[in-house]
Amino acid sequence: MSEKSFRQAINEALREEMRRDPGVFLIGEDIAGGTGSEGEEDAWGGVMGVTKGLLGEFGAKRVIDTPISETAYIGAAAGAAVTGMRPVAELMFCDFAGVCFDQIMNQTAKLRYMLGGQAKVPLVIRMQCGGGFNAAAQHSQTLHGLFTHIPGLKVVMPSNPYEAKGLLIESIRDDDPVMFMEHKFMYDDKGEVPDESYAIPLGEAYYSRDGEDITVCALGRMVNLCNQAADDLAQEGIGCTVIDLRSTSPLDEESVCESVEETGRLVVVDEGYPRCGFAADIAALAAVKAQSALRAPVKLVTPPHTTIPFAPTLEELYIPSVGRIKEGIKEVLAA
Amino acid sequence: MRTIREFEDRIHINSAKGEVPGFIHLSAGQEASAVGICMHLTDADHIASTHRGHGHSIAKGCDVTAMMDEIYAKRTGLCGGKGGSMHMADLSKGMIGANGIVGGGVPLTAGAALKSVILGTDRVAVAFFGDGALNEGATMETMNLAKVLNLPMIFAMEDNGYGEATPSSWAIGGDPLARAKGFGLSACALDGHDFFQMHEAAGRIIEDVRAGKGPAFMHISAYRYYGHFEGDAATYRPEGEVEKMQKERDCLMIFKTKALATRLVTDKELDDIERQVVRLLDDAVEHARQAPAPGPEDLVTDVYVSY
Repeated sequence: MSEKSFRQAINEALREEMRRDPGVFLIGEDIAGGTGSEGEEDAWGGVMGVTKGLLGEFGAKRVIDTPISETAYIGAAAGAAVTGMRPVAELMFCDFAGVCFDQIMNQTAKLRYMLGGQAKVPLVIRMQCGGGFNAAAQHSQTLHGLFTHIPGLKVVMPSNPYEAKGLLIESIRDDDPVMFMEHKFMYDDKGEVPDESYAIPLGEAYYSRDGEDITVCALGRMVNLCNQAADDLAQEGIGCTVIDLRSTSPLDEESVCESVEETGRLVVVDEGYPRCGFAADIAALAAVKAQSALRAPVKLVTPPHTTIPFAPTLEELYIPSVGRIKEGIKEVLAA
Repeated sequence: MRTIREFEDRIHINSAKGEVPGFIHLSAGQEASAVGICMHLTDADHIASTHRGHGHSIAKGCDVTAMMDEIYAKRTGLCGGKGGSMHMADLSKGMIGANGIVGGGVPLTAGAALKSVILGTDRVAVAFFGDGALNEGATMETMNLAKVLNLPMIFAMEDNGYGEATPSSWAIGGDPLARAKGFGLSACALDGHDFFQMHEAAGRIIEDVRAGKGPAFMHISAYRYYGHFEGDAATYRPEGEVEKMQKERDCLMIFKTKALATRLVTDKELDDIERQVVRLLDDAVEHARQAPAPGPEDLVTDVYVSY
């Protein structure tokens, strides 16, 4: 066990799985960087440096740089998966799913069903999500809600380096397509990550904090903000259970409902768009399956239903903060 | 080719009777392209097809009875009745799938070709697509990707004269061959009504691609007899055009004339084939009519590996 960054944890998961299974390969834009140039080889290792060093160990046949052609290479990754390979494609930003959505929504997600179960599509699409860099409307979205809407896709979002490694290993081994979302604000976050290989099952939530007054559900970076809020509120004598869902598809409904049965109060925190999104989905789950336990209306702490702004002053207002989470929790406790 | 023609003709007739649910796109008239290419492929080579995919599926070896069952939406269908005409596929035969999205199968085909490169095998992949798909970004992106990664891939563009209701001569800006060459592909124009020309040229091209000489593009003229979909009166076509093509450029007629002239087959052999095909399709249609439909238990399976 040693302390590693979120970035290192993902790199380690990729390296271990590529060593284990010759069918695993990486494909994407600048995942090495500098291909075809006389300049530095493996110059970038991905735009965030996540895949750095893998070219050297596995070569250009398994760490494949592509032209900027998301439809072509995401589709090719899906085609390779359906014919027996286990590709990990890097889409750089989840916003770019807009460029190649047909290959994700109409091909990758549906192949197994359309083909009557003949096909396995063991494809992982890694991508950054999230705001906080003032990267504006097309480089800051968190589109897990959009992907979760589509049957056939699995959607995973780790909240720390330990989860990043274990969930990615599990995602690569999974025989279904997985949208693996990495919050861009977390690449330098450090945490304890075992050196050996381990897999964290999809669809099993983690109780990040235990408390008896209220249940707080979140994913990814928002879990950390919820934990900060919970720690602050503990000073005031308020006990929060923070549930890190880890994946939205599959979704650990049981853990959410069990906790709501115990606390009777629910806050859902999410960085995605609020309409038809993750937060609304969890609220609906509680309303449908745990309504009798609810002692107060469910509170959703999300961005407003707007496009993500550029200006730092506006983006700060847009993304849920520790302050807003605490306010939300107190509001529900007061109801 | 005769099996494909009979298959399509039966569906044309039975669709009009209301026996076939959903959207149907038939490829009668275009058979020589599918067969001329697929005869050079093994089950280990992959193809992907279009919404007009029955011919490619049969040419690639998919079971005709299971295909008919699929089109009749039966549980015994090739895809369990969950795909239908537009999603015909049999991975064991290297048929990745017909596709409801114009150009959608082209990037998938590149993935099969990529597998061959990564594993160092000599398998090739053929993307069948129509003239309409030549104008899709997915197709053009993939042409470039295939060249950059030197994929063993063939772009088989079947130009049947019309993308839906619009002539390809109007919708394609510039010359398709020049476009393909612009992406660095080797490219040639082929008469898809002449099986022997198709078969000979495809053999040569596929051999080159298999040898690692890079991706290739074929502009195949292959006229479709029926409308874009079953129910399309196809009034956008000039009067007499279909009849003229059937009379002068029918691929079965041209095959028969040439094959008899070169004594490749006898009249009797052709008669035998005719009888076999008719019986095969009689049986397939009857099987499809009698086969059970999928049940409620099938609705929520095959979404994921787990359910």
